[in-house]
Amino acid sequence: MSFFFHFGRYFLLMKRAFAKPEKLSVYKERIIEEIYILGLGSLTIVSIISIFIGAVITIQSAFSFTNPFIPLYAVGVAMRDSMILEFSPTILSLILAGKVGSSIASEIGTMRSSEQIDALEIMGINSAGYLISPKIVASLLFNPILIIYSMFLGIVGGYLFGIATGVVTNYEYIYGITYDFKPFNVTYALIKSEVFAFIIASVPAYYGYYVKGGSLSIGLSSTKAVVYTSILILTFDLILTQLLMS
Amino acid sequence: MIQINNISKSYKGRSILNDVSFTFETGKTNLIIGESGSGKTTLIRCMIGLSEPDSGEVLFNGRSFYKIDSDQQKEIRKEIGMLFQGGALFDSKTVEENVMFPLSMLTDLSYAERQERANFCLNRVKIENANTLYPSEISGGMKKRVAIARAIAVQPKYLFCDEPNSGLDPKTSIVIDNLIKEITEEYDITTIVITHDMNSVIEMGDNIMFIYKGIKWWSGAKSAILKTDNAEVNDFVYAAEFMKNVKSKL
Repeated sequence: MSFFFHFGRYFLLMKRAFAKPEKLSVYKERIIEEIYILGLGSLTIVSIISIFIGAVITIQSAFSFTNPFIPLYAVGVAMRDSMILEFSPTILSLILAGKVGSSIASEIGTMRSSEQIDALEIMGINSAGYLISPKIVASLLFNPILIIYSMFLGIVGGYLFGIATGVVTNYEYIYGITYDFKPFNVTYALIKSEVFAFIIASVPAYYGYYVKGGSLSIGLSSTKAVVYTSILILTFDLILTQLLMS
Repeated sequence: MIQINNISKSYKGRSILNDVSFTFETGKTNLIIGESGSGKTTLIRCMIGLSEPDSGEVLFNGRSFYKIDSDQQKEIRKEIGMLFQGGALFDSKTVEENVMFPLSMLTDLSYAERQERANFCLNRVKIENANTLYPSEISGGMKKRVAIARAIAVQPKYLFCDEPNSGLDPKTSIVIDNLIKEITEEYDITTIVITHDMNSVIEMGDNIMFIYKGIKWWSGAKSAILKTDNAEVNDFVYAAEFMKNVKSKL
């Protein structure tokens, strides 16, 4: 019963969030603000994680491929496909679910408990629209950029550390990352990133919006938001992979 | 004028408000008083549409709030200014931006016009040189005054105040009380204040409703509340020792 309650309430909230805005110009400003906070604010962590994961995948692949019949350029192939198919769109979205998701849930939750959401409602402003829709739109606009950026940095990180540690040569790595490249894989990753972007912004917003109580409840709802966002990302990863790759 | 007719509200089987009716007059400071947990905040939430009553109606100048569609409710809400207990200022906005916010969302004024109106309202509540500060950088009394400035920015017809003096020292409380009273008379608006501060009752209680266990127990003016024979009202009014001394001199 609880599942159906939350499911129904989530969709009703989304319907309210995407109702006709009171003033489009204010919403546009809010979207730009959110791109700055949610998107640009995540660049550092995305850069660090992507470079290091790229490096680790390259080194691990090189040490795993001990069979002499497997060419060394397979390291580049494995690296490219791991980054494009799974790491950048999915694992990075899980990390963003933690960083961005908890921030959205606690921000909106604090606004609820300090009556700021009630203040918006009393002014005749659609609080769900004003607070949630700019976050979702910003996430939908910026997440694919973050994912492409992560793919690029992962491949660069793999190259730099692969060459520096001597596990792969310049020629083999470059040959590997260009070998049998399927552009659809990038499309697949971008489709996933858009779905995950919606989940990352909307699910924590839902948990924050319906917080009841004080700081303890905000903390709990922030944790719940991250857990359910992560579960939904993994579930949709499976569904989309089956739908798009089979 | 706001009229409430037979408002009842229960929560999880527990009755919070029971058949409450009252008329809040325009140009007067109408007080809702009562002990903690008596249903004052629930009543005000029912009146402003944050919580729908189980039965009864709320009439804003004859318009029944729960019998009109959401667009018409929105129009009434635009006529309401609300001062929350904690101020409910937006943390991410400066003092000036907080006051400009309802103007940005609800009017077509230019930036310069909004800024001018915001500064006028801030001056009216005697806030100076704080436009660029954030709510976390100002005192509790200043927060309340900024919240009043925000509430009056769109020239409301109705002003609701939920315990405007909570957490304030007696001197600042009087400043806030006087400000609410002055604004009510100056703009001829219907003001409703929830309080359990007897100073406020004596300072600004034009029209008082005493709620006891969710029921409208007593109503009258500030002059009458000090002389009533009602035992529950007397328990509330003369709870403090200094008030007992006042009573002995009446």
